[in-house]
Amino acid sequence: MFEDLRELYQEVIFDHNRNPRNFRVMDDADRKVEGFNPLCGDRLTLYLKMDGEKIIDASFQGSGCAISTASVSLMTEIVKGKTETEADALFKTFHEMTTGKDEQINLEAVGKLAVLAGVREYPARVKCATLAWHTLDAALKNQHESISTE
Amino acid sequence: MTTFPIDKIRADFPILAEKIRNKPLVYLDNGASCQKPNAVIDSISHVYRHEYANIHRGVHTLSVRATDKFEAAREKVRGFINAANANEIIFVRGATEAINLIAQTYGKANIKAGDEIVITAMEHHSNIVPWQMLCEQTGAVLKVAPMNVKGELIYDDFVALLNNKTRLVAVTHMSNALGTINPVERIIAAAHARNIPVMLDGAQAIPHLAVDVQALDCDFYVFSGHKLYGPSGIGVMYGKQTLLEAMPPYQGGGDMIKTVSFEKSTYAGLPHKFEAGTPSIADVIGLGAAIDYINEIGMANIASYEAELLSYATEQAKQIKGLRIIGEAQDKGAILSFVLDKIHPHDIGTMLDSLGIAIRAGHHCAMPVMDFYGVPATARASFAMYNTRQEIDVLMQGITSLIEVFG
Ligand SMILES: Cc1ncc(COP(=O)(O)O)c(C=O)c1O
Repeated sequence: MFEDLRELYQEVIFDHNRNPRNFRVMDDADRKVEGFNPLCGDRLTLYLKMDGEKIIDASFQGSGCAISTASVSLMTEIVKGKTETEADALFKTFHEMTTGKDEQINLEAVGKLAVLAGVREYPARVKCATLAWHTLDAALKNQHESISTE
Repeated sequence: MTTFPIDKIRADFPILAEKIRNKPLVYLDNGASCQKPNAVIDSISHVYRHEYANIHRGVHTLSVRATDKFEAAREKVRGFINAANANEIIFVRGATEAINLIAQTYGKANIKAGDEIVITAMEHHSNIVPWQMLCEQTGAVLKVAPMNVKGELIYDDFVALLNNKTRLVAVTHMSNALGTINPVERIIAAAHARNIPVMLDGAQAIPHLAVDVQALDCDFYVFSGHKLYGPSGIGVMYGKQTLLEAMPPYQGGGDMIKTVSFEKSTYAGLPHKFEAGTPSIADVIGLGAAIDYINEIGMANIASYEAELLSYATEQAKQIKGLRIIGEAQDKGAILSFVLDKIHPHDIGTMLDSLGIAIRAGHHCAMPVMDFYGVPATARASFAMYNTRQEIDVLMQGITSLIEVFG
């Protein structure tokens, strides 16, 4: 019945929505930032544990739609072990993938995150996918206050 | 229901023939904005083709023609809400601007530090924020009358909030997030017993209920044209003449003055005092056409048809496992707000959209209502006179299927 939505709601997204990874409070986090999408009321708290330049652990709490939950869940998986510079580069590629006009985007560079490429066809849902990454960006810039997609 | 001319009505709204994602459009986002009948679309185009010029300014024929049409629309609005005088109908951009106008003119002139303004727990942001801004400016205090879990105002608690510091009661006639219709007659009676004026936010009520401002005896009534099958960008502030006359003007500019010199200007009388600048002329005339259209069908017929739609939709929704209706007031307008177990309203919205069904998913500009129910958002189907039982069946089928897909 929902054939048109196969690109957007891939099985991986349903899976992460049902069983979000790294879904926990991190008591000894070095960075903790809240992300908020006032348009839909989605909220998440992102926790990072750092070892110098390196993200050694990432987790989150919050509630959101399947796209935003899958996005943050996948993100916490993929940034673990990455340096700040690498994570930032990933953010830029992800942003380009979900919002950019460039058809030639290198999906290999984003690995599993490629399942979220479908949102670019749904302008109303792009922010659901990017909220996690904007929150990460704020955390990496060491902003402690909450950030908002608006 | 059999006598309601649904086929004719549907044929009057050209957009209903649109295909969305290759499916027939099922438009259930009327609470956000209604679609427009040919009568409205054509009247606007007719204005620009045959009757357009600035109003109240020219001696030339077209300007006179446009002015006549514009003022005729004011008279139609007067009749529609049964105001005593057309001077009491002020054209603004919408309900939001009307409330801001009242806050910044009536409010600033009459509300001081320590005074209280009473609203309810189910207000739209546009009936919260303008009062918060006024409170910040004046030191007045905003009081919020609570509601119960069904989304009904707790009337006794509301009355208990009224005291000799209360300067204004501003409540929604019908809640956009819940559908609740407030007991406005009793609210007004309780407030008037203490000489407190009452403003009703009629943005949601106006397309669903017959409104008689004299019978209600409300002091202000505001609504937007676009939720009444009329154009966007135009709305109405009704105020009792004595109140309007005593109020300072809102914006300064052309049309709202009697005389201007560099020393001092004097203001025009009603309604022009509150209508500075060139208004949305064609859209006001379009709103008049919308009112003619509604009158032809009859507000009472619309209300009873919609009541049947709502009760059918509610019945059907209750059969769906995992669906929780948000807002179960005894007295309710044609809005069905709901959440699904473990499925976010945004996903519901996107899924239904792929079936051609337009609903609203979000906080409905009523974040305090969402907080009250402990949900970030709801999905909302809101009905209009052109919706049908078949469309409700399509909606329910869609909801059932998406629950399966989410597993
Ligand atoms: C109850 C209520 N009040 C006020 C408004 C504001 O109306 P507008 O945006 O047309 O000014 C709305 C619109 O959603 C509403 O539902």
